[in-house]
Amino acid sequence: MKIVIGQGSCGLAAGAGKVFDAVSEELKKLNSDIVPGVVGCIGMCYLEPIVDIYDDNGALHRLVCVKPTDAPSIAAALCGDLDAVKSLEISPEDSSFLEKQYRIALRNCGIIDPCSIDAYISVGGYSSITKILSSMTPEAVIDEIKTSGLAGRGGAGFPTWFKWNAARQSVSDHKYMICNADEGDPGAFMDRAVIESDPHSLIEGMLIGAYAIGAEEMIVYVRAEYPLAVIRLKEAIKQARERGYLGKNILGSSFSCDMRIKMGAGAFVCGEETALIESLEGNRGMPRLKPPFPAQSGYKSEPSNINNVETFANIAWIIQNGGEKFAALGTPDSRGTKVFALTGKIKRGGLVEVPMGMTLRDVIFDIGGGLRDGREFKAVQLGGPSGGCIPASLIDTVIDYKKLGATGAIMGSGGMVVMDEGTCMVGMAKFFLDFTAKESCGKCVHCRIGTKRMQEILTRIVEGNGREGDIDLLLELCTAIKDGALCGLGQTAPNPVLTTIKYFRDEYEAHINDKKCPAHECAALLTYKIDADKCRGCTLCAKNCPVEAINGQLKAAHTIDTEKCIRCGQCVKLCKFGAISIE
Amino acid sequence: MNKNANIQNDLTMLDPIFERYAGQFGSLITILQEAQDIYGYLPDDVLACIAEHTGNSPAHVRGVATFYTQFRFTPAGKYLIQLCKGTACHVNGAERLATSLRELLGIGDGETTEDGLFSLNFVACLGCCSLSPVIMINGEAYGSMTPAKLSVLIADIKAKELQN
Repeated sequence: MKIVIGQGSCGLAAGAGKVFDAVSEELKKLNSDIVPGVVGCIGMCYLEPIVDIYDDNGALHRLVCVKPTDAPSIAAALCGDLDAVKSLEISPEDSSFLEKQYRIALRNCGIIDPCSIDAYISVGGYSSITKILSSMTPEAVIDEIKTSGLAGRGGAGFPTWFKWNAARQSVSDHKYMICNADEGDPGAFMDRAVIESDPHSLIEGMLIGAYAIGAEEMIVYVRAEYPLAVIRLKEAIKQARERGYLGKNILGSSFSCDMRIKMGAGAFVCGEETALIESLEGNRGMPRLKPPFPAQSGYKSEPSNINNVETFANIAWIIQNGGEKFAALGTPDSRGTKVFALTGKIKRGGLVEVPMGMTLRDVIFDIGGGLRDGREFKAVQLGGPSGGCIPASLIDTVIDYKKLGATGAIMGSGGMVVMDEGTCMVGMAKFFLDFTAKESCGKCVHCRIGTKRMQEILTRIVEGNGREGDIDLLLELCTAIKDGALCGLGQTAPNPVLTTIKYFRDEYEAHINDKKCPAHECAALLTYKIDADKCRGCTLCAKNCPVEAINGQLKAAHTIDTEKCIRCGQCVKLCKFGAISIE
Repeated sequence: MNKNANIQNDLTMLDPIFERYAGQFGSLITILQEAQDIYGYLPDDVLACIAEHTGNSPAHVRGVATFYTQFRFTPAGKYLIQLCKGTACHVNGAERLATSLRELLGIGDGETTEDGLFSLNFVACLGCCSLSPVIMINGEAYGSMTPAKLSVLIADIKAKELQN
């Protein structure tokens, strides 16, 4: 019997720490010598906390939505009475969440103990670095990555081998391998999950890259908001050093390389590689002009290569299994797999890794189980503030860099936020512009002032003060910002607005011309009305209205004073007769 | 100039930090982070002292510090409430929580209550998207929040503080 408890950030937020303590306590009481183990995140965030029990035959019993009060049953199960936890076992339907995935970057997440280098080695970890140091030249490594077709998973989708090759070609005694773990896209958390759940795969992937380009120093630039990831990575680096995977003459070879962590301080633009370099150098994170590219002149003006966490997490697998096996997955334009953070109004939210070439429908409906509460699917937002909203009519779009790009959205880092009919698309566009206007570093006039003006226009539209011509004005600003901004943040900032105008122009028009919000989300545009035929005059709404906007006698139909009404929605929730409607 | 500008801080506490990073390239942000860990925020005299010891102009140090959202220039309240404004939280009603918090505490993003009890920060994404909408109080996450749950939570903290 063996028990492991998922302890990623999501699990801990759902109470996995308390479950761990309760189970440990219970086992102690029973004088059991079983000690609960720790694993990272399996990706089924909606079922956290998750407890895995392996019985004496090695069969897995996965318990979900576990509470500290379940500890006695779990302890009983560990003492042989597996029936005690029958009611907690995962349903076959929920098990299918994992079955339709193909996990490469997430291969060890939620399965091995992230704090143990031996656990990583036992699943084939560090065999790839051992293999290349004994039998592969740096050029052969780059060729293998080229064969795999791996493209950068941080958003831009640039071929990884090409960047490595450019850095390899640059001549210098000091080169740097840098990992971008500044996962700033609101709604994406796969990089955090990889570092928290399988930090050694990041170290090994970076080491292989460092060997390929000829770097002796590796830096991980990680978000300050990810404290647990930093703790686990620090521990992993320490263990790797002790075992000789980091430091001088790694595994007895002539290759020496070490690693350090640099904490970011909160700036979305630092996800842009030249801004990240500025931040590493202790400056304001403002992007540099390219060329020179980082491969020629990056950190400390030396050749540097920057990839994101998920990209590195694929590397050791590719070396171990061969580039061709990776390339066999996906489409001609996009090889391998991609991790998505499935969130929003989805039934089964979490992290999923699927082969490229699946459709959005496969991911959202087959794996994610469709929408919560039987709601209607309206759109999915891909790529965060740089991406766009894809409408229901395009749900069969194939997951592929080009195909997604053709919709106006982007693959991005993998945030996939599902929306139902209750989400206002103009409000969504405003949400992203609020974000980019705040996060614009201010270097380029078009981005700094343009995003601010767009934010103002969108604000007045959702507040019911939209003017005729506002849509055209927005489109004009979008073009100007795309043309006038230096970096990816500015160039892609208009995407959420462009895609919502493209697919949901009628919603913009309803806000501007009719002063209505079809999704009933923009409070300023809502009118609450009482249907006199349905109202029984029970006075419940009038008594509970916080601003006394509802008038009427007992047993007579009530009315709402729209001038006084603050559109809090309290009356709708309270009315037992469905007499109050929102327009 | 903030209202705490006149408070005298013990600047010798910075010495070990200066020693550790002496002559180290690109360490300004790390120094600012460690200084904030000591004082809870970055007071004016601390910023001036960092500029002097690192050989940077005061304008450069302030420029770097104000660029990043992690740095504070006023003391934080006893309870730091972070409201996640990530996309998943937005779709699931973070805006309603923002309104409730403003009403309950009488402060907005980046502000601290008069009694020094609560600070409110809107943050980009806490990465607990499946529990959205989420708030975090002093590092502990509270998922699937509603305005009603929020007011109970705040009332509980206030009651606890009154007892002490």
